[in-house]
Amino acid sequence: MNFDFSDEQKQMRDAARKFLAEKCPPKAVREVLDGKATYDKALWKGLAEMGFLGVAIPEEFGGAGAGHLELCVIAEEMGRALAPVPFSSTVYLAAEALLLAGSDAQKQKWLPKIASGDAIGTLALFEGKGNPSPQAIKLSAAGGTLNGVKKPVPDGAIADFAVVAARTGSTGRDADISLFLVDLKAGGVEVRSLTNIDPTHGQAELTFKNCKAEPLGAAGEGWGILTQVLDRAAVLMAFEQVGGSDRALEMGRDYALDRIAFGRPIGSFQAVKHILADMYVSATLARSNCYYGAWALSTNASELPEAAAAARISATQAFQHCSKNNIQVHGGMGFTWEFDCHMYYRRANATAVTLGSLSYWEDQLIDRMRKKNAA
Amino acid sequence: MNFDDTPQEAEFRATARKWMEANAPKKYEAELSKSSLGRIRLEKEEIVDVGKAWQKKKAEGGWACLHWPKEYGGRGATPIEKVIWQQEEGVYGKLTQPFQIGEGMCGPTVMAFGSEEHKRHYLPKLASGEHIWCQLFSEPAGGSDVAGLRTRAEKKGDDWIINGQKIWTSGAHYSDYGLLITRTDPNVPKHKGLTMFFLDMKSKGVEVRPIKQANGMQEFNEVYFTDVVIPDSQRLGAVGDGWNVSLTTLMNERMSIGSRLATGFPEMFEFCSNLMTEDGLAIDDPATRSKLASWAVKASGLKYTSYRAISSLSKGERPGPENSIGKLVSGTMLQDIATYAMDLEGAAGALTGADEEAASGQFQQMLLSSPSMRIAGGTDEILRNIIAERVLGLPGDIRVDKDVPFNKIPTKGR
Repeated sequence: MNFDFSDEQKQMRDAARKFLAEKCPPKAVREVLDGKATYDKALWKGLAEMGFLGVAIPEEFGGAGAGHLELCVIAEEMGRALAPVPFSSTVYLAAEALLLAGSDAQKQKWLPKIASGDAIGTLALFEGKGNPSPQAIKLSAAGGTLNGVKKPVPDGAIADFAVVAARTGSTGRDADISLFLVDLKAGGVEVRSLTNIDPTHGQAELTFKNCKAEPLGAAGEGWGILTQVLDRAAVLMAFEQVGGSDRALEMGRDYALDRIAFGRPIGSFQAVKHILADMYVSATLARSNCYYGAWALSTNASELPEAAAAARISATQAFQHCSKNNIQVHGGMGFTWEFDCHMYYRRANATAVTLGSLSYWEDQLIDRMRKKNAA
Repeated sequence: MNFDDTPQEAEFRATARKWMEANAPKKYEAELSKSSLGRIRLEKEEIVDVGKAWQKKKAEGGWACLHWPKEYGGRGATPIEKVIWQQEEGVYGKLTQPFQIGEGMCGPTVMAFGSEEHKRHYLPKLASGEHIWCQLFSEPAGGSDVAGLRTRAEKKGDDWIINGQKIWTSGAHYSDYGLLITRTDPNVPKHKGLTMFFLDMKSKGVEVRPIKQANGMQEFNEVYFTDVVIPDSQRLGAVGDGWNVSLTTLMNERMSIGSRLATGFPEMFEFCSNLMTEDGLAIDDPATRSKLASWAVKASGLKYTSYRAISSLSKGERPGPENSIGKLVSGTMLQDIATYAMDLEGAAGALTGADEEAASGQFQQMLLSSPSMRIAGGTDEILRNIIAERVLGLPGDIRVDKDVPFNKIPTKGR
């Protein structure tokens, strides 16, 4: 059994960590947090130069052609550093959708630009409150034009193109949904930025008015493709969440070692130790579930749907748990704007609901386990 | 990343599988497969007798304590080979329950601190199941605070005279030998006055009394020592060095990887999939699904954490500290699952008869037994301290009794 990343993949993780420590310190994250920039453009360029944006994109489309295990280790580091760039929307959602369903021409048009950092992509799925479901998609597509409103769209205000889920039928079945590709710079889309709990990742409302769009994948197959895209993105996002969990745990541990109260380091009190031990437990469970997700993703295994849901649930729980208790260990200082704890808390709770919330994935996991047991 | 054996591992697995096919006591398979929680019981025979026969057969085939050196009754197998063997032994591994403390704790301690003569004499018989060993550490005054133990050993000529009491000793009533930690000097701080021995459990002055537990069962014992004589040759380690010797024992306990810790999840998933409530199947209820999903990812998280450790062993590396989470997670899970299963049954959840209740009383048994899972082998609180101190590197608690002579430390409770 070799249930671990290879030495080369671990070297890539080290390289990414070193690069991000240098180019993406908390100070850089705060530039976006404080609204001085919409995202870190220099970091985005740097990530392209390192080959990280196209790590899982085949060489024929301008990528490094490495694979998804490599993308997983980079995702972990992006989460750890809270990188304020549209990585998840461009790489996990838009690029994965293109790889799964794009025509050769569509791939040729967008994937090289993603790899080189010249195009930001996203997925326009949600229409207000609620979790992913074909019934919730009202935006209509007819005659190659889209009409309707999508929100929230991650990184929607800075994206160059979007994969849009649209209604092309009214039978009440999954086949009513089709996917479209929209060049957001070509007109027909009104963009409005939305405030959200994690300003280091923008959210937007996109209003499509007779907007020209080209089909992505076959008509009526949109929901099937979306489900696969969400599963793949769930694994990758889970690695980000695990990276964030680990960093929040380290911050809490370091503070507990450093901070003296009642004449001793607060980390010598059992009440504090047990909080940190429980954070370690949840981060470890999440990491192990993520490894299984990574295996399923990289081998396109039939276990992917179940593995992705498990990784997503476990990592969401771990990041929420670690980030809130990191604040608790820090005490009052943890609740200041000056300390970085709140940035992890914000990211943890924003990533917990993007791609569908915890309860959605819990539902998915049980459905998928039942399906497997019935088979 | 893959789940495949290396060619050598595959060859080893094939050898083990072939031997199992020819030798496994298949008539117990159904019974062993059914009982996933708590102590194993066989309908018509004593588990110790069946276990001894199985252990003997394994020893003859070279599969008992296989990671031990050949001269001490093992096969000189690597850690990963031991894991592969456990996988192939499968449900029959449950028959070895009476030998686990000997194999996992007493044997390794004798191997580390015993004389060559002792090792060659005692270890092969331990490995083959001829002798069962127990571990005599916990006392009424020393549970989590093991070093607070009060059983005295006083030197008399070439012998030691033992007086005192141990508690929570699994298998003392059928054990042949015991690993015993005692206080030999009460005038020095508590960790410094301890000494380790092993003794014949049939020695004069040893009295074993079963403990009736909170769940109504009797699995553990109290062991009383009244002027029991142990020759100095049965001392393990130096006089006063018993604490260090005990750390070897306990470290071996926690090193056991791939051990089968029950979480209750598979039983709960099946239960909820079949239980019809007024509102339909329990598994279709959103609140139940949410709980099931959280338990599912804990169970799978533990499974894949052990896979990571196995991968380290396969590469010849020492596994990381991740495995320390196993008992902490599974103990609470068992308790929570049992409570919720009963909740789903409503008033009938209180019934324990196999005929009255949907799941044959298994969750009621789990409820009553699960508190011990959070206490035995290190309480949840001690395990959290271990993770915090040894894994995360936090400082030890301030110990008010650390530099005080043992006989000046106040004591109360049991």
